[in-house]
Amino acid sequence: METSAIASVDATLALLEAQNYVADRRLATAVFLALRMRRPLFLEGEAGVGKTEIAKVLAAGLARPLVRLQCYEGLDTASAVYEWNYPRQMIEIRLAEAAGGVERSELAHDIFTTRFLLRRPLLQALAPDQGGPAPVLLIDELDRADEPFEAYLLEVLSDYQVTIPELGTIRAQTPPVVVITSNRTREIHDAIKRRCLYHWVDYPDAARELAIVRRKCPAASESLAREIVAFTQRLRALDLFKAPGIAETLDWAEALVALDRITLDPQTVADTLGALLKYQDDVGAITPDVAARLVREAQGAPA
Amino acid sequence: MTRTAFLDALPHGRLAENVLHFVRVLRAAGVPVGPAKVLDALAAVEAVGLANRTDFREALATVLVSRHEHQAIFEQAFDLFWRNPRLLERLLAALLPKVRGRAEAPDDVPARLAQAMLPPPARHDEAVEQATELDAAFSFSAREVLQKKDFATMTAGELTEVRELLRTIKLPLPQRRVRRTVAAARGHAIDLRATLRRGLGASGALTPLRFRTRRRRTPPLVVLCDISGSMDRYARMLLHFLHAITNDRHRVHVLTFGTRLTNITRQLRHRDVDVALARVADAVEDWAGGTRIGRCLGEFNRHWSRRLLGQNAVVLLISDGLDADAGDGLAFEAERLAKSCSRLVWLNPLLRYAGFEARPAGVRALLPHVDDFLPVHNLEKLTDLARVLAKPAARARSLNRLSMATTVA
Repeated sequence: METSAIASVDATLALLEAQNYVADRRLATAVFLALRMRRPLFLEGEAGVGKTEIAKVLAAGLARPLVRLQCYEGLDTASAVYEWNYPRQMIEIRLAEAAGGVERSELAHDIFTTRFLLRRPLLQALAPDQGGPAPVLLIDELDRADEPFEAYLLEVLSDYQVTIPELGTIRAQTPPVVVITSNRTREIHDAIKRRCLYHWVDYPDAARELAIVRRKCPAASESLAREIVAFTQRLRALDLFKAPGIAETLDWAEALVALDRITLDPQTVADTLGALLKYQDDVGAITPDVAARLVREAQGAPA
Repeated sequence: MTRTAFLDALPHGRLAENVLHFVRVLRAAGVPVGPAKVLDALAAVEAVGLANRTDFREALATVLVSRHEHQAIFEQAFDLFWRNPRLLERLLAALLPKVRGRAEAPDDVPARLAQAMLPPPARHDEAVEQATELDAAFSFSAREVLQKKDFATMTAGELTEVRELLRTIKLPLPQRRVRRTVAAARGHAIDLRATLRRGLGASGALTPLRFRTRRRRTPPLVVLCDISGSMDRYARMLLHFLHAITNDRHRVHVLTFGTRLTNITRQLRHRDVDVALARVADAVEDWAGGTRIGRCLGEFNRHWSRRLLGQNAVVLLISDGLDADAGDGLAFEAERLAKSCSRLVWLNPLLRYAGFEARPAGVRALLPHVDDFLPVHNLEKLTDLARVLAKPAARARSLNRLSMATTVA
């Protein structure tokens, strides 16, 4: 689907909705603007609030391939952009030498052609296979990469082009839809952010979270889903080291369904807390008393 | 005066002299202007003419200012210098009584600029020579004394001198291997790309191998500086030092704490130290108040540690360990902090006392978790700090952990 087919924020909401992604209006606006202005979308937020999911949903909704670049420290052009296929180049050289009569300079020219080029995610996103639509490029957890890679991204993000010394500059015919996510384990440089539209993905409010649970975990009954959401919402209000994200809520809902629970009780909560909280201090902070109080409140919560 | 006559007169006339003097004022205010710039400035002024004041100002600015952070100083100097020579005299007159203990400089003139204009240059060459002589005479013996003098007992003049010295201290943290690679003569991995390129160029069947090795890099540095009442004197001095190291390299983060935690990295990033410290003063609300170390460290652990302590960060904790909450909850947070960074260095000005004992509750709570415990009350100790940090971390903490592990086992 062409990005121009998405004509309004409402259309964006509908597009995400159709892929079972319940977005709030602010997020939909950011996505809409990114599509319309052809700017990368920079999503920052706590782990497990659905940042990566947006790229996947966009790819599915727009019927475009998803190209994912998972960042890590030391990520270099060889694994992010391109690499030459050395074994094949070696064989080619051997064959040429065996056949004889090949000029050395010609050989050098021959083995640095696209035939021997291994295309890594960034190059795949900029120069997709013949006739394919421009993909959705997901640059995941950019904060895990180091600053040199960030600096490299500047060229890619502003001009949608990469330079391969042996081949020249490759420019995207149609710029891909770029989604960058960060868990904020360090600050991303302002120069990157300047080129993007920024959106902080927050924890959802109760209504939206309920909608998400109902959609993603249909096996949970209406009342259980309501209790789960009310409980996690209260949990987030506590002073925790790492509040549970939506991903954890869904995990927990599935865990409770797997245990055939139809309602919350303090004992079950204590047994399954590991699905929600991933730090020992946080688990320790939810004493039986606290758990019982939260369950009581969650069950007494108005619909 | 015709235009030609004016141009003829230029190299010797009052304008040239004034531009020269103006450049000296800029230089004294800390804007680096080379001698060649004076001629350029004259040429520029000649090119735009003197008819329009704004043009004249811009002409001088384009030649004399090469960094944005010097712009503000230039503008103020320009206004003072070129508006009215009398104004300068008045300013000096206003400043002079200060020596006798009264009167203040006009608020909007930064101290540095006022100082730059202070020595009234009767004859320029002589004044400069005198100034140099004075400086040379002062530096050696004075620095010697200043090295060991406690920051808290220094006079205003000494503090000014020390601030200059503080800016020259560097902190060479030991570099760590990162996952990025560089080409190297002996490396742990074969660089196929370079090898192949090389092989194509060389003749014969043998292809010399090229290697890559892991790059080394200075880890991020996070400074937590106590600015409570008991630390006030030191904190104000150390901010100059922190400003210098923040601008010296990448990946330095500075937070202050007293009763609350404030990240002042952005403010300190401003290259001009006066502007930077003014911004810090605006941003920090709990200057010289009480200390709640435990709560502030807790806040840091909760909100900042995951953002700042990646990639083997080193933490400098500058505090006297005197805690209003009597160490309540401090041990827990200190342990967490120590476990989230690669090295926790505690700088404590109270260590200057020979009989310092870990009596206060705050000190006792912190001490078991730090890797290095060092004094910072004078210049010499700060210089030592650079040396200590250049070495790998002391093993104390890991030994503690080891003994704990064996006890548990």
